[in-house]
Amino acid sequence: MANLGISHVTKSFGSLAVLKDIKISIEDGEFLVLVGPSGCGKSTLLSIIAGLEEHTSGTITIDGRPVDGLEPKERDIAMVFQSYALYPAMTVEQNIGFSLEMSKMPKAERVERVGKVADLLQISHLLKRRPGQLSGGQRQRVAMGRALVREPKIFLFDEPLSNLDAKLRVEMRTEIKRLHQRLGATIVYVTHDQIEAMTMATRIAVMKDGVLQQFGTPENIYDRPANVFVATFMGSPPMNLLPATVVDGASGPRLSLKGTDVTLPLPSSVTARLAPGSDVLLGLRPEWLSLAMEGASANPTLTLHVDVIEPTGPDVFVALRAGEREIMARLPTGTPICPGEKRAFALDLSKAVVFDAATGVAH
Amino acid sequence: MTAVPDSNFAMALMRPRSLNPTKMLGRIFVYGCLVVLAALFLAPLASMVMTSLKSMDEIRSGTLLSVPQAPTIEAWASVWSSACISIACGGLKGYFGNSFLIAVPATLISVGLGALNGYVFSTRRFQGDNILFGLILFGCFIPFQIVLIPMAGLLGMLGLAGTIPGLVLVHVVYGVCFTTMFFRNYFVTVPAEIFKAARVDGAGFWAIFFRILLPISWPIVMVSIIWQFTGVWNDFLFGVSFAAGSNQPVTVAVNNLVNTSTGTKAYNEDMAAAMIAALPTIVIYVAAGRYFLRGLMAGAVKG
Repeated sequence: MANLGISHVTKSFGSLAVLKDIKISIEDGEFLVLVGPSGCGKSTLLSIIAGLEEHTSGTITIDGRPVDGLEPKERDIAMVFQSYALYPAMTVEQNIGFSLEMSKMPKAERVERVGKVADLLQISHLLKRRPGQLSGGQRQRVAMGRALVREPKIFLFDEPLSNLDAKLRVEMRTEIKRLHQRLGATIVYVTHDQIEAMTMATRIAVMKDGVLQQFGTPENIYDRPANVFVATFMGSPPMNLLPATVVDGASGPRLSLKGTDVTLPLPSSVTARLAPGSDVLLGLRPEWLSLAMEGASANPTLTLHVDVIEPTGPDVFVALRAGEREIMARLPTGTPICPGEKRAFALDLSKAVVFDAATGVAH
Repeated sequence: MTAVPDSNFAMALMRPRSLNPTKMLGRIFVYGCLVVLAALFLAPLASMVMTSLKSMDEIRSGTLLSVPQAPTIEAWASVWSSACISIACGGLKGYFGNSFLIAVPATLISVGLGALNGYVFSTRRFQGDNILFGLILFGCFIPFQIVLIPMAGLLGMLGLAGTIPGLVLVHVVYGVCFTTMFFRNYFVTVPAEIFKAARVDGAGFWAIFFRILLPISWPIVMVSIIWQFTGVWNDFLFGVSFAAGSNQPVTVAVNNLVNTSTGTKAYNEDMAAAMIAALPTIVIYVAAGRYFLRGLMAGAVKG
């Protein structure tokens, strides 16, 4: 178990830069999730941490020690791959014990370590089987066992759940998180699934086109996205972005929503001084909208046309329309609402985020 | 390694179902064609076996495909141990042994080297790797005849002219091109993550090769062994060019036996000699032919 430092890491293939000046550092025992759309460089970054690929410049430290140029086996890391990458000709027991065998550990100790890990993952009954005889979920466990048995400083996971069906994925998600809590291990986990990122991480690094967009806690990323990309990539349905213009009001600047005659007070989160006339995007999570009760709330309201209703069980996603703009709201099931109605919605502006319309960066 | 169990296909064919007359007719036509073609292909072999079991008197009076009236293995015995080939009258058995002494080491060495070459070409990137692989592929298409003279010179320089080790060397050099291609094309179908996982687990070059790669490569090992063994065994040109006297392989010896022109032509002995020379490759195909097919297809299915 150890901390991990990534400072000013870049990677290019010829003239193509796939990672640009990445800076991330996590403490011992943290669960870092690298998330982003495919091609954003997250898997490349993981390979660089593992030592499977070399970075062009910058430094990686594990436990305070620079590991640049070291072979994977010299870095004291273990990795779980997307395809599990089990050795087809070996039994489960040999698969899990292979790294110990390579490090010349005596057989008795090896058997004991493999047995312990198999108990932990509840795969003791599978030890004599070969990977071809296992189900997807069982292979996944064996792949994790292979990593766990080494007791490395850092665990690396490369989209380990993406080959599982939806139900198993949720189960294994909980299982990995439980293992993390139990072992207190430092983990770096790559995924393109923002829900996995939110549910598992203690720290999230959102990446796009080789650039680190935001690095922070899940709450931080969700409530205070640093830019429009993070706001729309994280969260499902994504954050609503309403174009607005800053106007002068009696008690300071206000936001005039485009296409409507509504003006709203500036959210309290905005610290920057906004010049009147500047174009912005007002970011609202779907759950920050609610049906306005008569005189019950001091929140500003917006009258919207109800377009489509999508029940999901615990919640109802409601597609609303304000002129040309579509706005998603997340309301509790049982909210009395029908398509075609015009209703007033209260906006919780205490959390709302304001982005610069031109650059997409949060104010 | 996604070999489909052969029985699936067979079961699909045999599933009981009532055939209407048109389908029945079609089925009869298909089987009829297959039987005729099989007979056509088997006729020469049958003729050889029949003739080799007959006496010369019977051969003169009978037809090519008739069943021997008084089967005898005299011809086989004589060819094996006492027939005169050029000046020595010891039969084929010595030359038969020579062929093994040539084919077995040549096969093992070329398959081993090909596996290593294929492993390197499929996992390592180095300066000029594609050019080098292209050149090796090119080696597959060089006709035997072109290299005869330079090869003779080389063997002379190495002091291996006319010897069995010399022939082994020639066959290894020629075979490595094919086996390298076979193994490389098979190994590129192995998922890259397996190699990465092995590196993370601390396995080096040799550990990855012997512990992880070879155990899943038996289909291509079988293909290479069969390919090389039959190729080397059946070779005539290199044998006749580079082996002298008692070092000659059985193919050359059969030729010398058949072309020895003293007295009447002993067709039964000629046929028996040819059968003996062909036997090991026939046995290998019958015994391991299914692995050969499976191995050839394994790469295709996975790719």
